[in-house]
Amino acid sequence: MLLEKLSAHLEEVKEYEREPVPASRWRGFKSFLGMYAGEHTAGTEFVIGPLFVAHGAGAMDLILGLLLGNFLAVLSWAFICAPIAVRERVTLYYLLEKICGKHLTNAYNLVNALMFCFLAGSMIAVSATAIGIPFNIPMAKLTDWLPSGLPWIIIVVLVGAVTTFVATLGYDKVEKFSTIAAPWMILVFLAAAIAVLPELGVKNWGDFFQVAQDKIWTGKPLAGQSKFTFWHILFFAWFCNMAMHIGMADLSILRYAKKWTAGFASAGGMYVGHYIAWLASGILYALFLQQSNENLEFAPGPVAYSAAGITGALCVIIAGWTTANPTIYRAGLALQAIMPKAKTWKITLIVGSITTLAACFPALVMQLLDFVALYGLILMPMGAIIFIDYWLFPRIGLQSNLAAVKNLTFNVAALITWLGSLIACYLIAKTTGLEIFFLGLPGWFLAVLIYIISSYMYQKKWSK
Amino acid sequence: MKILLKLVSMAGLMLTIIPSIGVFYEVISQEENKYFMLIGTLLWFGPKIIFKEK
Repeated sequence: MLLEKLSAHLEEVKEYEREPVPASRWRGFKSFLGMYAGEHTAGTEFVIGPLFVAHGAGAMDLILGLLLGNFLAVLSWAFICAPIAVRERVTLYYLLEKICGKHLTNAYNLVNALMFCFLAGSMIAVSATAIGIPFNIPMAKLTDWLPSGLPWIIIVVLVGAVTTFVATLGYDKVEKFSTIAAPWMILVFLAAAIAVLPELGVKNWGDFFQVAQDKIWTGKPLAGQSKFTFWHILFFAWFCNMAMHIGMADLSILRYAKKWTAGFASAGGMYVGHYIAWLASGILYALFLQQSNENLEFAPGPVAYSAAGITGALCVIIAGWTTANPTIYRAGLALQAIMPKAKTWKITLIVGSITTLAACFPALVMQLLDFVALYGLILMPMGAIIFIDYWLFPRIGLQSNLAAVKNLTFNVAALITWLGSLIACYLIAKTTGLEIFFLGLPGWFLAVLIYIISSYMYQKKWSK
Repeated sequence: MKILLKLVSMAGLMLTIIPSIGVFYEVISQEENKYFMLIGTLLWFGPKIIFKEK
């Protein structure tokens, strides 16, 4: 009965999936500012900030790297994604279907759904570290890949089951709760970090930078961790949301904007979530390392609990849950695009089960930086395809929206571009040793080049 | 009523952040700060959840 009611409610929601958003639904800059700030202050922030500490980021490298990297991310939203979003005003999936054809878009959806499952899985694991506090279960270490034991698996399965159940009921209520929680979460991050500064030796604000260099971001990686330089931090900050800006996933959001300048509102998310929250969670982790004599155990829940008490643990649970829940829901939607006749709740249940299984493995949390970079890299070529198809093709005599115009289900040029650019990135990494964080930039230009060349060859048969 | 609820919520947010500055200047202890943060959390979420304020 409840499911039927909710399904009926969801049926009524009009999201303009296959038509441009009408002017009556356009929104101003401010609503995007709040949305981005909320979306990018999430469970992942409790992991990414500490991982910078673990990877031996230097204080100045981190402060400047994040400042510049986030600035480049904001520019990418504003100049790459937003202009197309407000001109076309359709979802990424619909635009991809017009360019790449239905089958290739389905392949994209499948990959996207899988990535969403892993991302949600890491967030369930983050929440589980807080829920496990009263039971004193052993937490995973930075170098661990496999579950630490049966108690860990039980807690993860319980958290995963609850999260999945809520996700099957829909997205509305969780979204509302996330909106309420966002300003509180930001302040908890900030308050917890300020309150522990004296324990790290900061007695007045003038001491901060010296202590930051000596005790927080010391420039020395923990055992078994690679060293992060200024460039790692800059490129990570720029590309951690690559799927959203350069990869164009946020076309679906920014199509509601009155003007393309709404892309600059992403600064709300970058400088609150990806700056203040990363720095704050790094400070908390540095104190944990100091107090535990560089124990390699990595659990955001206990770290936040020791700094901010029950509020800190609640913040970790809520941050993880409010990120995992919509991510599972989105993964379900992406899969449903492939299987439109299947019931949403059944698909969400399958997605939730995969997510929960993935969450049992700590590797997902410990390797989150690499995973986030991989996620952006895999989806990036589709963004390059849209960018070139929209801006360049009409100017060089090539057909834009080829699949829609020629009634194709599969644009071969787009497939060659997607696979070709990823294979090229892999080869670059193999031959030069370049880390995954840096591959997005050459990868984008390679995707552009491959798409232009393959489209010239592929479209010849229609011009004859 | 609506204004009162908003004031309570705002007080909740203030209680979440301001005591931490007190800890920094050694006016209150870390343990007291944790209590204030918890009270702040309850004040922030309580009215919004109970009265389903948007």
